[in-house]
Amino acid sequence: MDLAEKVKSISGEDVLSCYQCGLCSGSCPVRFAMDLSPTQVIRLVQIRNIEKIFEANTFWICSTCFACYARCPREINITKIMEALRQIRLRRDQDKISVNEIPKEELKILPPIALVSNFRKTTA
Amino acid sequence: MVKIPYYPGCAVQTTARNYSISGIAVAKKLGIELVELPKWNCCGVFPSLATDDLMRHLAPIRNLIHVQEMNENGIVQNENRIITFCSMCYHTLKEVNLFLKDAEKMEKINAFLEREKEFVGGVKEGYRGGVEALDFLEVLRDMVGYDRIAKEVKKPLKGLKVTPYYGCLVLRPREIGIDDPENPTVLEDILEALGAEAIDNPNRTQCCGSYHTVDRKDIVAKLTYDNLIYPIRNGAEVIVTCCPLCTFNLDHRQKEAIKLHRDLKETPVMYYTQLMAVAFGLDKQFWGVDLGLHYVDPKPLLEAKNLY
Amino acid sequence: MTEVDREKKEKVRIYIMGREYKVPAGLTIMKAMEYAGYRFVRSSGCRGGFCGACATIYRVKGDYKLRMALACQETVADGMYISQIPFTPAEKPIYNLEELSPSANVFLEYYPEIAKCVSCNTCTKACPQDLEVMDYVQAALRGDLQEVASLSFDCITCGLCATRCPAEIVPYNIALLARRLYGKYVMPKAKHVEERIKEIESGKFNEELQKLMQTSVDNLKGIYEKREIEPE
Repeated sequence: MDLAEKVKSISGEDVLSCYQCGLCSGSCPVRFAMDLSPTQVIRLVQIRNIEKIFEANTFWICSTCFACYARCPREINITKIMEALRQIRLRRDQDKISVNEIPKEELKILPPIALVSNFRKTTA
Repeated sequence: MVKIPYYPGCAVQTTARNYSISGIAVAKKLGIELVELPKWNCCGVFPSLATDDLMRHLAPIRNLIHVQEMNENGIVQNENRIITFCSMCYHTLKEVNLFLKDAEKMEKINAFLEREKEFVGGVKEGYRGGVEALDFLEVLRDMVGYDRIAKEVKKPLKGLKVTPYYGCLVLRPREIGIDDPENPTVLEDILEALGAEAIDNPNRTQCCGSYHTVDRKDIVAKLTYDNLIYPIRNGAEVIVTCCPLCTFNLDHRQKEAIKLHRDLKETPVMYYTQLMAVAFGLDKQFWGVDLGLHYVDPKPLLEAKNLY
Repeated sequence: MTEVDREKKEKVRIYIMGREYKVPAGLTIMKAMEYAGYRFVRSSGCRGGFCGACATIYRVKGDYKLRMALACQETVADGMYISQIPFTPAEKPIYNLEELSPSANVFLEYYPEIAKCVSCNTCTKACPQDLEVMDYVQAALRGDLQEVASLSFDCITCGLCATRCPAEIVPYNIALLARRLYGKYVMPKAKHVEERIKEIESGKFNEELQKLMQTSVDNLKGIYEKREIEPE
């Protein structure tokens, strides 16, 4: 399947109604760590250039906080788009993080929910 | 005493034991007996947002099935609600019902669960739907009411400057959130009932950095600073939270945040249930401040305010 | 019934790694494979269902379900497709029990991947010992040491759970850590064992042992047969 179609099918979201207002990027608390803004990512999905998105870290940096979706005037669930992008990578069995390299000192204090949620978003 | 099924979750059994210990005691004081599910598993923490990912929805569904079983076994009577403290558990348990509105998905999942009848410990019946997840904050607001909370206060938190922090998953997305996603008030209202002074925090609904705390501490440290600096500058002495992951990040990651910006003053982080236990005058063992779980110890502050 | 009929009736058709054999009904998978001419150099141990060496996966013709069993316990059925799993590659972290503590995060420290469990229950379905494997993995996630130790008590480390887990968890090694910690730090020390050790060290049984050492093998056999067995 074409990657843009895959994003659409996994996320269930159609991004064509986005008019690039930029509210999602303005609302994003982790925009400072992203190569491309959420708005740019949505644009790239619109023009079906998913490969370009995969060169950036945006969908890995997204922390699934739903701030963008809560404010999107077109009610696009951008968080789901980010999840679809992560899933496309993870389903190829490519982990984003190395579970074995998390320092023991951290594992002693991290809440289980931090690890469960992290592994769900960053490991295959 | 009304008996309602209670889902603890992994965090409140380990790093956030102070949350459940105080919460269960507070609930009891308010006439609610939280009956722990006889059997439960991790809720999955974040619901999968992929439309085709059924397997990652199994975890919350199992827990909801256990509520059905509690009714069948007479542990509770006609009680289709399930209460949880952790925002992430609440979010996941609530989301799964929305996900299962699609009848085809419900059917597929129940067909998968069907074979478990053959196995020891497998669920004996599929999910029938309709088990309602409640965050304890909703219970306090809608079932108990702020007046009742105020009535239980023995030691008003007069002069204690508290700033509430909500985080994301208890508010967003709108269809899951328990309050206005942009301007929530439930924590402020509870603090008012306890007699504390709420200090405004413009970032109280902003993300804490969440699971990036595992592999990107730098991101979390910056957000911890951003999320705490305004209320602390405005005099906040304690941050009050409702989510164990936010709490971990706001509390433990202060260490890294202070390395980034020296003007951040170490400030204790407490669950609202802990402050309720203090204000209700409950025995100190129910405050959860002596379990070694806080990075910044709240006891000196409580002592200074003549509360400890 | 003619001799040929009887033979037909009492034999079943099985497929060992894809190759068809007719074997007598009622045999265990292990015996059936030996009947067919295979010799076990791996994947066989106690032959009594205790050692966990003979993990086997199979499907039965006409059934989509993939089933797990111990070859020394499961009897062959007509149309069985059988394959052995002589070894499970598994990550086994090194730890010093003396330096560990039975803390809530101890499982996450050595096996952080348990946080990947999605509660699919595939491990439980795979367990030939009928253990509630998923439940003990979940208990490990929330640091409930006692629950992990008690739910996994009958584990024979056959490895089938680990081969099936979609989250790539190795449940049986986690259970082993739990039982070790539980035995060392939580369970009360058995007084009678301590007393007996003292007795042995003080030489109470020296004379009797010497006597046994000098007894012939045949007499030893007799003594063994007549030994006192503790009631269960």
